[in-house]
Amino acid sequence: MSELASAKSARSAVELDGVDKRFGDVLALSGIELTLDDGEFVSLIGPSGCGKSTLLRVVADLEQPTAGTVQVGGKPARQARLDQDYGIAFQQSGLLEWRTVAENVELPLHVHGVGKAERRARAAELLELVGLADFAGSRPAQLSGGMQQRVAIARALAPQPKLLLMDEPFGALDEMTRERMQAELLRIARESGAAVLFVTHSIPEAVVLSDRVVVMTPRPGRITEVVDGRRPGRDAAELEPDDVEDVRETAAFFAAVTAVREALRKGHQ
Amino acid sequence: MGGRTRSVVTTASAFALLVLLWELVKLVVPDDGVVVGGVRILPRTDDASMPHVWTVIAKLGQPEVAGAADVRTVGAAVAQSALYTLGLALGGLVLGGVLGVVLALVMLRFRLAERAMLPYIVASQTVPLIAIAPLVAGWGGKIAIMGWAWQPWASVMVIASYLAFFPIAVGALRGLAGPNRASVELFTSLAAGWWTTLRRLRLPAAVPAIIPAVRLAAAAAVVGAIVAEISTGTRGGIGRLIIEYAQTATGDPSQLYAAILGAAVLGLVAAAFVSLLDRALWRYRGAVG
Repeated sequence: MSELASAKSARSAVELDGVDKRFGDVLALSGIELTLDDGEFVSLIGPSGCGKSTLLRVVADLEQPTAGTVQVGGKPARQARLDQDYGIAFQQSGLLEWRTVAENVELPLHVHGVGKAERRARAAELLELVGLADFAGSRPAQLSGGMQQRVAIARALAPQPKLLLMDEPFGALDEMTRERMQAELLRIARESGAAVLFVTHSIPEAVVLSDRVVVMTPRPGRITEVVDGRRPGRDAAELEPDDVEDVRETAAFFAAVTAVREALRKGHQ
Repeated sequence: MGGRTRSVVTTASAFALLVLLWELVKLVVPDDGVVVGGVRILPRTDDASMPHVWTVIAKLGQPEVAGAADVRTVGAAVAQSALYTLGLALGGLVLGGVLGVVLALVMLRFRLAERAMLPYIVASQTVPLIAIAPLVAGWGGKIAIMGWAWQPWASVMVIASYLAFFPIAVGALRGLAGPNRASVELFTSLAAGWWTTLRRLRLPAAVPAIIPAVRLAAAAAVVGAIVAEISTGTRGGIGRLIIEYAQTATGDPSQLYAAILGAAVLGLVAAAFVSLLDRALWRYRGAVG
């Protein structure tokens, strides 16, 4: 799996400086300052309308900021998108029904004219990573919701991005599948070495996954607080996926959940 | 494969049922039909109005002109002209298909074009075919494309395509605009351009909408070709044959029915072509996520 790990660089994975985003009269984002280090896992949390999805979309260059600068891996966001420096996964897996599971994973490479043999090899490697090697030839419709979402994550990782953007990817899954997927995601993120920017409205999910939880409030959408997640001291590399279950029962986990909840409540007044 | 066999069996049974119904009506309803208070509520069923099915079948084997031995049979004449019309209808379908998809692409690419063009595309279908046919036929003698003089059969093909392009333009536009925002944004995030998005996302996603549109267009092309042959007076096709046989219908309707049977079979063959297309594109037929 070492070839999956992207090269570390001194540059930060994401750097937002004074970012505003205006939709007509509505100030969706105001004065956003946020930096993600390489390999760091950061969650965005807040009530609906707080601009957390908009923030992710600005990083993805799917929306243009009204003011401020967005740098991804030291490049302007647009250049990063054109260079496929990030992978993205949405709440809906968005798999193409007419492609097999492997062909869906290959899509980003296919779009960029990578040769067939290389695509096949890369897809096989990624399906192995997300534990779906046996389903390479299946159709998306034959897979469960959780499996489809894992295919979408594999697809996002296909161009070997240094950054993974995820917009409530587990929002449509049941609680049990969701918890299993969280453990899977932590393992995948660690093995691929990618930084992750993760949008969610679940406090436990944000805490269990993240190095840092960024709390946002609406009208205008801004960052009010940054809370340390369940991995104080950045010991992500030592954490085994099996430990995720145990994490949920630690005092540190409950303390972080409480801190996030209070930050959200404060912002709501 | 089981589905295909079943569909053949169903089609054959439906035909048998139709024949049975026809003969039953002939048997039960009196020759003069049923008249209640001076109004005929059921049609005449005598042999001059409703020939027996076997009379029509037998007619296929008889010579076209009674008494002349060396002339072709009715069956051969019907088959020959149906094949000719089929060629024109399929040509019209291809022409209309290309035109329809191009129009849909232009409307997809430029929203302004959709607002500007769609009303005219809809309006084009309300203009009666028989009004347009003489105009197109009039191109003969006026148009020569790179040294090639306009032929009457080309008019028929153009008129068939005029009916065929409409369902394809509307169906293709709906299908091409079908993918949801998340799918389109996925392609944007992959830095895929408009053409790549078209080829890898929109076209495959449009297949389930385009196939039924092509089915409608194929039927429209057949009707268009037959009507065009009649209204432009083009020789060689089933439309002209129907007109010729209709003139003898008062004395012997079975010959006309034989030609109508030919036209119906023609429609079935055109539908079969679409089914082949459908089968070739099976992997794109699922719903789009």
